[in-house]
Amino acid sequence: MASATVSTAPRRRAPFEGFRGITAVVAAAAPLSLLAIVVILAQQAWPAITQFGPGFLVGREWNPVTVHFGALPYIFGTVVTAFLALAVALPVGVGVALFLAESSRPRLRGAIGIGVELLAAIPSVVYGIWGLYVLAPWLYRHLEIPLSDRFLSFPLFGGTPRQTSILTAVVVLAVMILPTLAAVSRDVIRAVPNGLREGAYALGSTWWEMTWRVVLPAARAGIFGASVLALGRALGETIAVTMVIGNRPDIQPSLFAPAYTLASVVANEFTEATGQLYSSALIELGLLLVLVTLVVNTAALLLVRTVERA
Amino acid sequence: MRSRRRRSRDLVARSLIYVAAVVALLPLSLVLAYTIANGWKSAVQPDFYLHFERPEGIPGAGVQHAIVGTLLIVGIASLFAIPVGILAGTHLAEYRQHRWASWVRLAGDVLVGTPSIAIGLFAYALLVAPFHHFSALSGAGALAVLMLPVVMRTTEGALLLVPPGLREAGLALGLPRWRVALQLMLRAAIPGVVTGALLAVARAAGETAPLLFTAFGNRILRFDVTQPMQALPLTVFHDALMPYKDLQDQAWGAALLLVVLVLIVNLASRFALRRQLAFAGRGL
Repeated sequence: MASATVSTAPRRRAPFEGFRGITAVVAAAAPLSLLAIVVILAQQAWPAITQFGPGFLVGREWNPVTVHFGALPYIFGTVVTAFLALAVALPVGVGVALFLAESSRPRLRGAIGIGVELLAAIPSVVYGIWGLYVLAPWLYRHLEIPLSDRFLSFPLFGGTPRQTSILTAVVVLAVMILPTLAAVSRDVIRAVPNGLREGAYALGSTWWEMTWRVVLPAARAGIFGASVLALGRALGETIAVTMVIGNRPDIQPSLFAPAYTLASVVANEFTEATGQLYSSALIELGLLLVLVTLVVNTAALLLVRTVERA
Repeated sequence: MRSRRRRSRDLVARSLIYVAAVVALLPLSLVLAYTIANGWKSAVQPDFYLHFERPEGIPGAGVQHAIVGTLLIVGIASLFAIPVGILAGTHLAEYRQHRWASWVRLAGDVLVGTPSIAIGLFAYALLVAPFHHFSALSGAGALAVLMLPVVMRTTEGALLLVPPGLREAGLALGLPRWRVALQLMLRAAIPGVVTGALLAVARAAGETAPLLFTAFGNRILRFDVTQPMQALPLTVFHDALMPYKDLQDQAWGAALLLVVLVLIVNLASRFALRRQLAFAGRGL
């Protein structure tokens, strides 16, 4: 009885909370795609997984005729090119990031920023054709031939130099991951509190001492995250690498030797793969790549995110 | 004495930063210069746009089929990816504190970094294998997966630039949340949202790997999206590796088209974004 006398105000119409539900379901498209990629690739790779077991990862033979498949040469090519590319690109990337974050000339900074963004926007296949017809002959003439003439006995420069080689792939990859490195590092360097910079200056530091002893240590975790993110990009890069790496499943110590990567062998052989086990083995290579980049990217993103929030 | 060494070290470090910036821009200028130098000869000929492939040695070949294919495949992919991406991005911006939003955000960022060749395999298993033939539609499916996270994250970013006072004003006037989100916030964020969509389109138009086993390629002009179809990146990839000068020139021409498209979209989006920032700066 009492309650009836109290609530005389007109009831508000319930807000359309359906909106939240609907958009939440639509937003599920992203996680669902990710999940579906892993599940479907795993399902398609299952025949190869059960057939070859963990030996697939260390097998060195890749023979569709005898149906023997081992992924080691591809893992070798992928890992070596990605890490070397990161080693080449990291100093330049951090340098550009410092320039973008700290330079006192806004116009120049803007121009370099646009340049780095365009570098990221150029399609992979364009880097591929440029790498094949411009970069590879140049590296061959001006780096591979002189180095291998002088240091023939040194295994890194041994063997017959070739235009399409690990070296060419590394340079192309380094160029392609540079924007990721530069952009993410710039953001984490900017996130370093200005008080730290002012403190260093107040103690009489030069710009370099402030950067080297205060800013870079503070941004270290974020730059590490940027590197891991760039590594993930390098591991998964397909078309440009396919065009310049020489596509031969060898494991050789020489930088001038051809190699093959996981993504490249899938790109080259998948449409011609005859037999269920052959395509299944190729899909297993793709699955391997997805799982590795998934772990690498998730770790890197969480790292960068915590750094930027802190 | 010591201070001079410190100062010179500082100077060296400062100049190295400039060197790094120049080194970073070097490949960009080289790629652009060589693509223009090698591609313009093919790209200025009308035949390049008016004809499709011809047998090697017969003049007048073009990439019309690839241009049409790219437009169709990317167009269909956009029809799926852009609306879904915008709604998903709206969710992320409107309910950004919720746990689900942070999961979606992380998944989107991981998806951006997923190798595009794997997305191609995924689309093959889902959209090609069950039908036993390659099709432009499956290529569009693969590109849509690629575009979705880009549209989603840029939409979210554009919405975050809109002053939150607008949302509060709408809610204070008693507008339901969906009207506030779609008619106030999203509307104010249009320049940024369009920018994101354009960037996603440009990125998708340049992708080769997801199309290798989905759209597959075609030598002639086809409009039937259930059949294999050519696209510009496929033309660059296949023709560049051919031992014929004509085809290599054609590959460079197609590469030039892609680069021009990317440049135009990027510069246009910069313009749109500036308007967005101006709007955000002006406040309410």
